[in-house]
Order: sequence, then C-alpha cells, then structure tokens
Amino acid sequence: MSEMTEESVRAEVRAWVEANWNPEMDLVQWRNILADSGWGMPAWPKEWYGKGLSAVLAKAADSEFHKTGAIGAASSGVRLLAASTLFDHGSDFLKKKFLRRIITGEDNWCQLFSEPGSGSDLAGAMTRADLKDGKYIINGQKVWTTSAHHAHYGLLLARTDWNVPKHQGLSYFVIRIDQPGVSVQPLRQMNGHASFNQVFFTDAVVEPDHLVGSLGEGWKVATTTLMHERRGAADGIATAGRRGTKRTGRAYDQERAEIAINNEPYTWYPQRAGRADLIIERAKATGKNSDPVVRQEMAKLLTMYNAAQWMVRRARAAQQMGRPQGPEGSLGKLIGSHVARASNSVHTLISEADAMLTADDSPMNGVIAEILVSTPAASIAGGTDEIQRNIISERVLGMPKEPVTGMDRPFKDVPKNTVSQLPNKS
Amino acid sequence: MKFSFSNEQEQFRTMLRRFLSEKSPVSEVRRLMATEQGWERDAWARLNSDLGLSAVHIPEAYGGQGFGFVELCIVMEEMGRALLCGPYFSSVVLAANAILNAGSEDQKQTLLPSIAAGETVAALAFTEENGVWDSSGVTLTAKAQGDGYRLDGVKSFVLDGHTADLIVVLARKPGTSGDEGLSFFTVRGDAKGLERRLLKSVDATRKLALLKFNAVEADLLGEAGAAAAPFARTLDQAAVCLANEMVGGADHLRQSALDYVSMRMQFGRPISSFQAIKHKCADMLVDVELAKAAAYYAAETAAEEAADLPAIASLAKACASDAFIQTAKETIQLHGGIGFTWDNDTHLWYKRAKSSEVFLGSPKYHRELLMQRWNV
Ligand SMILES: Cc1cc2nc3c(=O)[nH]c(=O)nc-3n(C[C@H](O)[C@H](O)[C@H](O)COP(=O)(O)OP(=O)(O)OC[C@H]3O[C@@H](n4cnc5c(N)ncnc54)[C@H](O)[C@@H]3O)c2cc1C
Repeated sequence: MSEMTEESVRAEVRAWVEANWNPEMDLVQWRNILADSGWGMPAWPKEWYGKGLSAVLAKAADSEFHKTGAIGAASSGVRLLAASTLFDHGSDFLKKKFLRRIITGEDNWCQLFSEPGSGSDLAGAMTRADLKDGKYIINGQKVWTTSAHHAHYGLLLARTDWNVPKHQGLSYFVIRIDQPGVSVQPLRQMNGHASFNQVFFTDAVVEPDHLVGSLGEGWKVATTTLMHERRGAADGIATAGRRGTKRTGRAYDQERAEIAINNEPYTWYPQRAGRADLIIERAKATGKNSDPVVRQEMAKLLTMYNAAQWMVRRARAAQQMGRPQGPEGSLGKLIGSHVARASNSVHTLISEADAMLTADDSPMNGVIAEILVSTPAASIAGGTDEIQRNIISERVLGMPKEPVTGMDRPFKDVPKNTVSQLPNKS
Repeated sequence: MKFSFSNEQEQFRTMLRRFLSEKSPVSEVRRLMATEQGWERDAWARLNSDLGLSAVHIPEAYGGQGFGFVELCIVMEEMGRALLCGPYFSSVVLAANAILNAGSEDQKQTLLPSIAAGETVAALAFTEENGVWDSSGVTLTAKAQGDGYRLDGVKSFVLDGHTADLIVVLARKPGTSGDEGLSFFTVRGDAKGLERRLLKSVDATRKLALLKFNAVEADLLGEAGAAAAPFARTLDQAAVCLANEMVGGADHLRQSALDYVSMRMQFGRPISSFQAIKHKCADMLVDVELAKAAAYYAAETAAEEAADLPAIASLAKACASDAFIQTAKETIQLHGGIGFTWDNDTHLWYKRAKSSEVFLGSPKYHRELLMQRWNV
C-alpha cells in the first residue's frame, strides 16, 4: 500500500482493463467483474467492491480507467449518495444487498427527503413510519423527488416518534418504490423537463431490516447524505455531463440505452451548472471575444470557475492528508450557484438576440437556451443558497444559531405547515 | 410631470389594471402562449373596443385618442404586469411609431386609423439574423422597379411578424451602408414572395418570426433614403416603452415573492421573518423603484420630445433590464422548489425578463450608447 503511487496505480489500471475488458460482454456481467476487481469504485473499501485507495489515488485510477474507453461502474443519480450513506450508517445486510447492484446499475435510487411542508426545514418531515406487526407502514407525501419514476429504491426520511422534539423523532429507511403503496407522479419544471416527482405513500411497507442507522437517528443519517450531496455538487462545478460514446459493442449499446432512459432526468444537469466550460468557445464562435466588455465578464466568470475547482481540490487534498472533511461542501455548493448565475449572464451577453431563441432555433441546438432556463435550480436543489449560508456561518464560522422555537416540545405540539400550503397558482 | 402622475393618469392605471386582470388572467396567458399565433383576434378586438388601447397615443387626426407617451407607458407597464398576450408592442409601439416618425401626411392618414382601431395588426421588421439592433445591421435590399420597389433579404426576431397584417420593413439601397440609403417600406403580410416562419422562443409570450423576402413588392413609406433618423427615434421610443413594460413585470414579481414568503412556513415560522429574506425583499424593492424612477422619467422625456431622449431611453432600458432579471431570479429563489416548476407562474415572467434583457439591445449595449450620447 505504501508503495503505491499515481503512476503505479495508473499502470495497474491499464493492465487490468487490457486483460479483462471486452465490449461485446453484457453490461451487467462486465460491471459484476468490475465490482469483484475493485476497479469500478477504487475509493471504496477492499471488502466492499473497492480498492481502498485514497481520494487522490482513486481519482488517478478513475481518470486512467476513463482513458481506456472501457465502461465504468454505474454512477448516475443518487446511487453514490446511497452508497456513501450505507457505508457510514448501513448494516452489513444492507451493504450486501445493495452495493453491488449500485455498481452494476441494476438498481436506480432516489432521495425521498423534501415534502410539501418541509424543504429547507427537512427535519420537519411529516411522512410517518409506524411499526405494525413487525413492519414499518409508511404514509405521507414527498415532493421534488428526482428520478423517482426510474427508481427501484428510495432513501426515505420519515417520522417514527411524534412524542419527542422534531430532530429526535426521525428515522431513515431504504424503501422499495415498486410496491402497491407507492405512487409516483411527475412534475414538470420550468425548463420543460419532468425529472422530479411527487411521491405518495399509502400504507407502503418497509421491512425493519431496511432501517439505516438506529431508530430515531434519521436526522444524523440524513445529514450525512446531505453532506455527501453538497460535496458532490461542489465537485460537479466542473463536470460537463456524461454522454454516450459512438463506440460499437454490446456493452456500449446497453450503456447508451441506460443513458437514454435512466439518465434522462439528468440531461439538463450540466446546463443547470451554467456551462462555464462553453464560454470561450461561444465567444470565439460569435466574435464577442474581441469585445473588451465581454472579455472582462468572461474573465471574471472564468476566474471564479477555476478558483472554485481549485478550492474543491484543496478540500480533497486536505481530506487525503487525514484532516476531517466538514461542512465545507457547503462552500463549494454556494460557489457553484454563483458560477451558474454568472454563466447564465455571460452566455446571455455573448448570445445577445439569439438568447431569445430556443430548441433548434437557438445556439448549439438548444444548449444555450437550456442554460438560461435551468440555472435557477442550482441555488435551490440540494439545499438553497440561504441554507448553505446558514450552515457556513453557524457550523464553519461558529456564529450563533438563529433562535428556534419548539425544540423543547414533542413534535406533535409544534406549529407546522399544512400540506395545502403548496399552492398551485394557475 | 416627470416625478408624479396626474390624478387622471392614476385613474387610468387603476382602471386598466382591473381590466387586464379580468381579461388577461394567467390562465389566459398560458392558453395563448401555447398557440402558434400567440394572440387571438377576438380577445384583441375586445381590448380595443372596450378601452381603445391601440389608439392611446396615436393623434386624433389619425383616428387615435391623442394622449401622449406617458399614457402609452402606463399601458405598457400594466401589460407587462399582466403579461398580456397581444400584438401591442409590435403594432402600436414599433410599427405605429415608425409610421408616425417616417410617413407622409397621406400615409399616416391611410395607415394609422386601422392600427389605432386594432383592425390592422402591424409589425416592424428591422433586425436581421446578425441580431444587430441599429441600422448598421441592415442588409435587406430595396431595388426600384417601375413605380414601386422589390425587397430581397431576410429579417429576423420580428415581433409578431408571422401574424401581422402589415409589415413595415427597414431596407437599404444596394451598395449603401450605415445610415445612408435606408428607407422604410410597407408590405402586406400575405405578399407574394414573403415567407414567414415562427421562431422557437424562450419566452412563449413574445412571438418572434423569421421573414424571408424574395422580390417582394413593397410601397415606400416616407422619403427614400431618409429612414435613418425616424428609425433611430422609433428605437428610442420603443426602448422607453420596453423599460416601462419591464418595470410592470418586475413589480408584479416583487409583489408575488413578498406574498409567498409571507405565507410560507419553515422552521416553525414564516420565512419572511428571516432577516436574509427581509433583506432580499428590501433589495428587490430598491431595484424595482429605481427602475420605475428611470422608466417614468424616460416616458415623460419621450412625451416632451426632449433632446436628451436618446440618452435617457438607453439609461432606462439598461436599468429596467437589470432590475427585471434580478427580480425574476430572486423571485424563483424565494419560492424554493416550487419556483422551478412549470405550474408555478414565476417562470413566465422570468422568461419575459430574459427576452426583454436582450430585446432591443442588451444592458451592456445601452450603457455604451448612454456614454456616447452623453458625449463621454
Ligand atoms: C431540480 C431540483 C431537484 C430536486 N431533487 C430533490 C430530490 O431528489 N429529493 C429531495 O428530497 N428533494 C429534492 N429537491 C428539493 C430541494 O432540496 C428543496 O427544494 C430545497 O431544499 C428547498 O426547499 P423548499 O422547496 O421547500 O423551499 P423552502 O424551504 O420553502 O424555501 C423557500 C425560500 O426560503 C428560504 N429559507 C428557508 N429557510 C430559511 C432560513 N432559515 N433562512 C433564510 N432563508 C430561508 C429558502 O432559501 C428559499 O429561498 C429538488 C429541488 C430541485 C429544484
């Protein structure tokens, strides 16, 4: 282990792929081989389908793997959040049941946190889980659930105890989506996509061994998921999105089908981050690169964009050196919102009149238009900018918390939003 | 009157606001924006028969009501607030003003009364695929033929260009450039050789068209080769109108955000009780009130036909664009997840803010014009 360097890891990856990869293999079969080898998730522990590599070496391994052109482990959606949460709090039973199928892509996941009455205030969840005859019976409603319509399993935050203060009465479950008590209804977004949903539970069933962490520990577990999510959002500042390759082979065909269906809800995610990566290309294509005002705005954006990536790298390096990773993921997420907003403005500045057009009438076959109507999500999804600022000030800077009421009372006695406060204006 | 409206003007606004909220509720906006035309003759006719809105600023001599730019801008602000789907900006603001600024007495007599009555819907075709808003971008040519002209070329971003009955076209004499050789022409919407296509637009409440002219017979409007000045004036007036329209949209959003945060509860209290939210709402009010001050001042400047209209028009357009888009972003943000949905109405105004940001020139473009016009 101590002998490992980026170079040796890269060489090992190349050799392993060379010896094992065959594009005519069935995709799931291939990813099972990957899971057994550990190279699909090199940062995961050795005993759980990984190589136990440090963040830096794992990144080297991933990038080398990517270069070979071989198909990697499934990684879309919240499957990796599910995995991280299971690593932190899940029983061996749950790890055994789910981790491999996360890698193979056989199961898709969704995050059942937000409700009509509780978004920023996630701990105010009203969805209930009642133990009856040895099973948890789920009733209530979740909302904004990305990809629930493709999901096999969901990460569910639900209330198991109404007689204790709100953070203490929550529990965290893995719930199977495909069951009679769960109904998924798509919600259309302002950018025309329908990647999130409302999810209704009517006496849905969860087996007790699908509890993640202990009973009443749901808030702690959910916080882990959120921390991973925000860190991921920060890492995502730089991602331009996964597209299918044009390569031939059975596995590639199956991967393209996976991208078209399972990953469909995420097609606009790169655009929601603002696509700062397209700025220079667009400026050159339109001749706006010779406009000094535009150049200034581009330079400001690209400075922020690059510094943000370096900041994320610094956080990763700190983690690598054994320093604890804390809520600084919130910093990256907040900067990601700034980058998204600024990118929207600069793309508008560059496109000028063309910024009024959409779909195939608009630049880059609609990509620019999609940026303009998608970036508002960046500062809401995964925790709003205001909540990130609260976390940064209270948890990073140690500033006093806002006074909150009701923490000393059983949740059942606390005033709450009623579900009907989700207005449907039109 | 740059700093306050008269009682009559305030009454007009109140009446209009009530009228538009009845005749153009959001459900109607959503219905019309989903159509290819973007507006309907019946609804449009009612708007004009009940209130004579198309006639507001057109002189009585040409069938109008003879009010001025201040009243026109009140109409714009209220239409922006209601997000009205109708060919008002295209017909009454752009085309009618071009005719007023460039046309001969005879032509005004002939063309304006039916526009004022809302019977004829007109559009102004000036921008081309290069997206340049001023006359320097005009390449469409007009060649004299017999006692008329033939137009060849392409116009783009033509507001309501696909549905207009009458199209006022800015064209140039072959071989000329810049402000030289520019003339206005009129063309029937169904003229031979004219191909019209609806462009797909981010803001579905603002329909834009691509017009291809292939030897289209056209009538000269005004004096040959002398359109540069009246066109520039038309653009300045349009920028003032757009600034007022944007102010209406921004004010609507600001209020809707305030209403929402006042009723939404998180952490056991209304989110409006969080200082972060209060500060945001206060900043939104500052933005909108500044833009209002600029837009109203510009309206009066246009009404007075003051010499500094070009500078003030650019100032107001840039200021209102920035305020509108900022307010729109914040309104979505204050709504949280629901603000990103199709069913919530915020995105309709957000998209109008996006299109208004660049329509008639971006804030950056107008700020540069402002400096030039102030001889800085
Ligand atoms: C594209 C998208 C995908 C999503 N996917 C998922 C998903 O898969 N699963 C899931 O569970 N959720 C998902 N969400 C939901 C998301 O996490 C919530 O929308 C978000 O946390 C905000 O909650 P809310 O919508 O209830 O807004 P609210 O919490 O009602 O917030 C409204 C406004 O109040 C502000 N506010 C609230 N509290 C405070 C405070 N204490 N101080 C200052 N300001 C405050 C907010 O910042 C916001 O501006 C998604 C959202 C989007 C837009």
